[in-house]
Amino acid sequence: MMTSSAINESAEIFSKSTTQLSLKDVYKVYAGRHGWPDKLLRRTSPDYIALAEINLDIVANQFVSIIGPSGCGKSTLLNIIAGLDQPTQGAVLLNGQPVKAPGPDRGVVFQHYSLMPWMTVEENIRFAIETVFPTMTRAEQIDQVRQYIELVGLQSASKRHPHELSGGMKQRVGIARALAIEPQMLLMDEPFGALDALTRGFLQDEVARIWEQQRKTVILITHSIDEALLLSDKIIMMSRGPAAKIVEVLDIPFPRPRRRENLAQFSSYAELRAELELHLSRETRAVEESRI
Amino acid sequence: MANPSINTNYHRLKSSSPWWQNTNLQAFALFIILLVTILGIWEMGATTEIFSPVMPSASRTINDFLGWISDPFYDNGPNDKGIGINILGSLQRVLVGFFLGSAIAIPLGVAVGLSPVVSKAVDPFIQLLRPVSPLAWLPLGLGILKSSEGTALFVIAITSIWPTLSNTKFGVSNVSADYLNVAKTLGASRWRTIWKIILPSAAPHIVAGLRISIGISWLVIVAAEMIVGGTGIGSFIWFEWNNLNVTSIITAIIVIGAVGVLLDRILALLQSWVSFGQRNNA
Repeated sequence: MMTSSAINESAEIFSKSTTQLSLKDVYKVYAGRHGWPDKLLRRTSPDYIALAEINLDIVANQFVSIIGPSGCGKSTLLNIIAGLDQPTQGAVLLNGQPVKAPGPDRGVVFQHYSLMPWMTVEENIRFAIETVFPTMTRAEQIDQVRQYIELVGLQSASKRHPHELSGGMKQRVGIARALAIEPQMLLMDEPFGALDALTRGFLQDEVARIWEQQRKTVILITHSIDEALLLSDKIIMMSRGPAAKIVEVLDIPFPRPRRRENLAQFSSYAELRAELELHLSRETRAVEESRI
Repeated sequence: MANPSINTNYHRLKSSSPWWQNTNLQAFALFIILLVTILGIWEMGATTEIFSPVMPSASRTINDFLGWISDPFYDNGPNDKGIGINILGSLQRVLVGFFLGSAIAIPLGVAVGLSPVVSKAVDPFIQLLRPVSPLAWLPLGLGILKSSEGTALFVIAITSIWPTLSNTKFGVSNVSADYLNVAKTLGASRWRTIWKIILPSAAPHIVAGLRISIGISWLVIVAAEMIVGGTGIGSFIWFEWNNLNVTSIITAIIVIGAVGVLLDRILALLQSWVSFGQRNNA
């Protein structure tokens, strides 16, 4: 008896040390209207369950994509991990500690860049560094800004304001800003969704290159199968809402560094791709049909 | 190196439309026609005595106007000063009153914009006082401050509070959630978020409020000075009316308009400076 419980305990410690982020039975419910004034006015509405029974363990230094049909609550899930939104039920644990608020241990890359238009590229990144490392000297801050601008290859644009940049350049600034605070993990919410196909491809390659250098834990929300296959170690497939769940977690075994042009040569590529295609088209069809 | 043949083609394209199709020239020509027509009707109406006998002719008005403009800063005692001295007096009052009013309106607007509770609590006062003509405060000012100068400043300060206050509140409470989320994910303190995110983001709205405020203040100062007296363009108009110098009044109207345009332009410059790139939705 004693030995088996000791083994269990050590197994648990072991799993904790590798699991960086863990979601335990997370639900997100948006309350409907059912108070008595609403009943009186006949405008009651039921609760909306956005996410149900989300259980997820993310291991450190992995690139994880979350894929699912539009409106399935992917972004809500990411906001919960970021601490910008709270789960109605369940727990989010980062290194075993519950997540209650946003914090600089999680760098966020936003879909619409969210750069301050009144700050230059340099100032946007320095704002993040100054906020997170207030004790750093000015020289160190400037050096760190330069280092991350170089990482995303925007040296020549460092004095420009966001409205002078293309969408792709803006998102590179967004990535540099998120990485410059040296977070434990990077959360990306459809970071390339607003970009054209060619720029998208270029940025995916950039992210792959940067990830090879830093190997941070990344959680990427996407609805692009190619993007997920190119970048991820694991792809989490979510079902459609309401009550969106995790349907399956796929392991992507392709060796790194990957190149988009030779992904097709791996034997499991066609199979994985077909599975993702089937899942997404089925879910999307169901979403569209339920709207009629 | 630019291709010279492309350059010459470009010049040919550019000069292809004849000069009379230039819309700016057309507008200018129409402006001149309107001006000449108005002055012509005015001159004829006054010389043929169709107008009231109080109305001077256009030529006499222009003559007197040039007289006032040529020597704006003479000073022959309290009731005979150049129009420039009077304008500067009014401007000084407007600026001091405007700064006092803005110094109240901007911090209050930020507080109201940041806190829904403060907003709900303060809103009834704002709603009640905003539609009141600032001149209604004038007797109160005279009674409390017992000086015409102080009363003018008081009235202008009250005038410039409301537009700045409501615009500041709007700007502060409508900062894009994206920017606030960036601050939150970085763990920025409340103060840092206010100084670095909320205020720069609300700045275009705040300056738009200041622009409206200074415009209304410039309207109100004329009426206020007519009542409280002393120097200033408002009392100048009243004094000239008492002497039936209608040409001086028309001169004052034009000068007041020109200064109003100037004030508005300055604030418009400030506005485009602070709304840096924000219209491009970056």
